Amino acid sequence: MSQAKPQKVKWVKPPKLGLLEQMYFPTVISGMATTLKHMVGTLTGTGDKNIQVQSYPEERPTLPPHYRGVHRLNRDPEGRVKCVACYMCSTACPAHCIDIVAAPSPWPDREKYPETFVIDELRCIYCGMCEQACPVDAIELTTIFDLTGMSREEMMFDKEKLLSVFDKTVAAGTDPVRTQPGRLGVASLPAGAGLTGSSSAQS
Amino acid sequence: MEVSLPEDGFIVTKLDEVANWCRKNSLWPMAFATACCGIEVMATGASRHDIARFGAEAFRFSPRQCDLMIVAGRVVMKMLPVLQRIWMQMPEPKWCISMGACASSGGVFDTYAVVQGIDRFLPVDVYIPGCPPRPEQLIQAVLDLQEKVQRTGTYNAREFNKRTQPEGPRPLATELGMAEQMVAPANFRTTTRSWGELPMVNPLANREVGR
Repeated sequence: MSQAKPQKVKWVKPPKLGLLEQMYFPTVISGMATTLKHMVGTLTGTGDKNIQVQSYPEERPTLPPHYRGVHRLNRDPEGRVKCVACYMCSTACPAHCIDIVAAPSPWPDREKYPETFVIDELRCIYCGMCEQACPVDAIELTTIFDLTGMSREEMMFDKEKLLSVFDKTVAAGTDPVRTQPGRLGVASLPAGAGLTGSSSAQS
Repeated sequence: MEVSLPEDGFIVTKLDEVANWCRKNSLWPMAFATACCGIEVMATGASRHDIARFGAEAFRFSPRQCDLMIVAGRVVMKMLPVLQRIWMQMPEPKWCISMGACASSGGVFDTYAVVQGIDRFLPVDVYIPGCPPRPEQLIQAVLDLQEKVQRTGTYNAREFNKRTQPEGPRPLATELGMAEQMVAPANFRTTTRSWGELPMVNPLANREVGR
């Protein structure tokens, strides 16, 4: 390691303190004034809302609309599961929390459908890469945030549970907000509009 | 005039309920914070979320004074004896919250060094998913735990002395057979059915045993 040349070193001198700064009283008083201001604001209710206690179970936080919470599996207009079991989400998942078993689809508009679709909510890190990877916008993350569980088994969300999350959250209308604009897969189209046969899952 | 008492004894059960009520409203957490979930534990204890509203604000870093362990963050194999020792040092009416993906199941750290869920070594009462969970989730877990404490009660000293078997989860390998163990996700070759073959495919059928 080469030494820096002395003329290239820039020396910074500390600012000279005057008498008031040396006494530290003005800064202490201004700091106390900030504390006092917040205290008065909290007591009278006129202060900043962000520094007041949020009494959680009664008062829900206002989350940003792109908050990533519990997953859901979307339904198409006919009420079937939208997923085509392409394994894109479980491949993209960094935590490997999605487990899919595919089966031949009973419907003509796709090749496969998920026979089981299990997400380990305890292993998931809610990064949202699954919904970015999904070609048919079947998996999405809702804004449900306060999920807890008493056992590990009940936190394994299967297909019915994920579809019931969709049924609960679809009425709110806030989700999805992150669905990418553009061309969707054929399985997201209404029945009849998509292709049929074995070539449908390739687009 | 005879007054029939219930089997358990009215006064004693009421005393138990009072004791449980006292316990659930004065949980003393021991924050075993090893990673970023610990920041959320601090936020929960701070003024905005204020876990003191539920009587659980007395964070003590001595396990002898605590009865609620909040494991927040990943636990590696080298840390596990420490965690177990701290858990054993806590006095007996004690509960455990597994906070976050790493403590609950290992999360993204699916490696040999990270414990894949502390519930393989400690009895966990409430699990919190999230990476990290919001402070509201921790408050919700404390509320769930309060409900559980009130409902299930605690051991008294006589029952505690009678216990000879270690409590806690059994090892996972004893619960699942080889064929039932989960296939690695995203393994489309073994989890996709072949055409026309309707029965369940044994995922281990194609593997050579003892390879």
